[in-house]
Amino acid sequence: MSATTNISRRQFMKAGALAGGGPLLACHLPFGMRDAAASGEAVFAPNAFLRIGTDESVTVIVNKSEMGQGVYTSLPMLIAEELCCDWKRVTFQSAPVAPEYNHAQFGPIMVTGGSTSVRSEWERLSLAGAAAREMLISAAAQRWKVAPSACRAENGIVHGPNGKQLSFGKLASEAAKLPVPKVPKLKSGAKKLLGKPLHRLDSPAKINGTAVFGIDVTAPGMLTAVIARPPVFGGKLKSFDAAKALASPGVKQVLAVDAGLAVVADGFWTALKGRELLEIVWDEGEGAQVSTSSMHDQYKALTATPGLVARRDGDAEGVLAKAKQRLEAEYEVPYLAHAPMEPLNCFVDLKEGSCQIRTGSQFQTVDRNAAAGVVGLKPEQVALETTFLGGGFGRRACTGSDYVIEAAQIAKVVKQPVKVIRTREDDMRAGYYRPMWFDRVSACLDEKGLPLAWHHRIVGQSIIAGTPFESAMVKDGIDDTSVEGAANTPYAIPNLQVELHSPRNPVPVLWWRSVGHSHTAFVMESFMDELAHQAGKDPYPYRRSLLAKHPRTLKVLETAAMKSGWGKPLPKGRGRGIAVHESFGSFIAQVAEVSLDKKGVVKVHRVVCAVDCGKIVNPDTIKAQMESGITFGLSAALYGQITLKNGRVEQGNFHDYQLVRMAAMPKVEVHIIDSQEPPGGVGEPGVPPIAPAVANALFAVSGVRMRSLPMTPEKIMTALKKG
Amino acid sequence: MIVFNVNGKERRVEVSPDTPLLWVLREKLGLSGSKYGCGEGLCGACTVHIDGLPQRSCITPVGDVQGKRVLTIEGIPENNPVKRAWLDQEVSQCGYCQPGQIMSAVALLEKKPAPTDADIDSAMSGNLCRCGTYGRIRRAIHAASKKTVKRGGQKS
Repeated sequence: MSATTNISRRQFMKAGALAGGGPLLACHLPFGMRDAAASGEAVFAPNAFLRIGTDESVTVIVNKSEMGQGVYTSLPMLIAEELCCDWKRVTFQSAPVAPEYNHAQFGPIMVTGGSTSVRSEWERLSLAGAAAREMLISAAAQRWKVAPSACRAENGIVHGPNGKQLSFGKLASEAAKLPVPKVPKLKSGAKKLLGKPLHRLDSPAKINGTAVFGIDVTAPGMLTAVIARPPVFGGKLKSFDAAKALASPGVKQVLAVDAGLAVVADGFWTALKGRELLEIVWDEGEGAQVSTSSMHDQYKALTATPGLVARRDGDAEGVLAKAKQRLEAEYEVPYLAHAPMEPLNCFVDLKEGSCQIRTGSQFQTVDRNAAAGVVGLKPEQVALETTFLGGGFGRRACTGSDYVIEAAQIAKVVKQPVKVIRTREDDMRAGYYRPMWFDRVSACLDEKGLPLAWHHRIVGQSIIAGTPFESAMVKDGIDDTSVEGAANTPYAIPNLQVELHSPRNPVPVLWWRSVGHSHTAFVMESFMDELAHQAGKDPYPYRRSLLAKHPRTLKVLETAAMKSGWGKPLPKGRGRGIAVHESFGSFIAQVAEVSLDKKGVVKVHRVVCAVDCGKIVNPDTIKAQMESGITFGLSAALYGQITLKNGRVEQGNFHDYQLVRMAAMPKVEVHIIDSQEPPGGVGEPGVPPIAPAVANALFAVSGVRMRSLPMTPEKIMTALKKG
Repeated sequence: MIVFNVNGKERRVEVSPDTPLLWVLREKLGLSGSKYGCGEGLCGACTVHIDGLPQRSCITPVGDVQGKRVLTIEGIPENNPVKRAWLDQEVSQCGYCQPGQIMSAVALLEKKPAPTDADIDSAMSGNLCRCGTYGRIRRAIHAASKKTVKRGGQKS
């Protein structure tokens, strides 16, 4: 049992009180001991994550943000499996910010990220459910004056000797008086819920329009704000004239905040019209010098100089220097915006001595503390309610808490409930992108054609450098998220060297779904394909021969190849590409089937995906997350790029930052490996393999090797003409 | 004063006629199921029906719907085959785009009760989903189609 599950009863009660006193999502049922007493309904609150009502309701308090990945179903399933309750009675609520809801592994913060929700909560929630079950059984045993061992729980009912039965609801009050077992025993035998494709508990609200996202939050007297932001990163307000904006109907106030100049109005449209009337002179500073084309040249130059060594096996440099033939390639990927469908927004209601924030956050403790600092309150005086998130992908776990801080700054001045909304353009141009990367890779082969040496230099900004997490997460100058997926490659390469340059510049960067893997998998799996072709070998068995010591990687590779019909003929004009990558504790292989039209447009027809994410909670959620990761990664592979010229972001909306649409969506088949390994993540690992799988398929069908993302028709046509 | 019908009820609003219908629905009428995603008619999250046709409410000035019938996600009954299919196929992930997707799908099935994949591509490609639920949306539309041999038209 881990330290995190060793929660005292006092802590449980404290958590209950905090939860009961806070704003609650989804059902808004009162809970917690005090509220329960007031409503005349005794409630069994054995720990911070579970409430059982006399009405048989089972409420699971979820400490993870729901942004599409299904945590409002998967985490309740973990508790319900051990509790042995009636699944039909289970509902969910979002947890308030409290120490009890901190991440089980990431230290004292409440956060949703790193594809950790299920794997980090598995033990804690299973034990929470088991403890509650034992208490309900003990309550029944006391009532019946029999030994607890003579009783069992099933489907929300405790069964005793001679056909005696009592429901959880009828036992709730008595169970609440019993001590919480210190070492609850987990069930043995077959699982009732885990492994079953149960329907999501949050789907009904999401299809009838009642699910409350941050942008939907409202309150009596609420004002709406938009912010005029500097045209370049690091720009500052120099001077402004707000007279015309202030005269615009509905506009209440114009005020300077760190992010720019805020227009506060009685609604979004009036605020936006007011913003258009602002006259602003910006001090652009050095930000105006930034352009991605010059950055590209700088990065490319850096690959000619040694970087910090992230991995060194054997003597890659020495072997390559002596090699008769070496392959060398440069790979590049651009900045990418997360572009969640719900643009960033934040509601703040600041009162004397208290503050309420309602927003879709993945980074609750960090955001709450940042807001507390702005408004001059203690963190405990600030309540943060996590609404539904209209997509997160890492953007709502912002190391700078940008969208929360700006809302708090406005609330401090307007002294009324206020919601800041970003337009799509605001959202897309405000930075915190997936870093732009430039890689140079060299390799040579042995007499069998297998890689003998591999030298890899990576250039790109560190996500962590300059944030409060630097001291904990950057070791000897190396941000692991910059080299993950490359420095720990599973391929058997006797001489391997991975180096890193981490240049700094004013463009804010952040984790973007699958973080470093989003770039390293593209380089590793594309270049591995190049080596296979150089050796005159089929890229699938070529990979197999290098993965003998990695059975899980091997198994997904073989499964994807087999299910895709690897080696069997395809219709004319189609090609297959394969890629495999491990990330976030899960192993994924994908085979893409593509064609190329005369204009250079890549069409992906089919993707076969094999995933080993260890033991599973909900197979349908895993499939959905693989479909999701593939689509997300495909948007980046085919269309996605944020570029800057004279400091200005050149993209702003979905016409110039395109995403996969219905007509471009391939058929996706997901095959889940039956596994009893520890659980891995599923939110992110589906992303990394798709770009290289498509690039490798494009090579197979056309002979064009795309080493630069996105794979635009212009780049492909240029490559075809070069031959 | 702009007067129009929303989900079967007459509504009167006192706003500048250039205000997009989306923000009138969301901020004046308390119907927040229609979502803001782009403000340019590029993503479809704001899709509603105006006189029976799917339209982007984020670029429709409310002055243009004077006297017209507007149907939003809140006006789609729970037993609508499209909604039921969305649940059966477990389409939603983050869910933000789904009201708009459903409004487009309902409109498609009203026009073409048995759409082909090409019909779905053309009717649904204006609705973005960042979570990548397109495959399930396609399945759900086909499933709803099977149950919607004939629909009596919208009640709005």
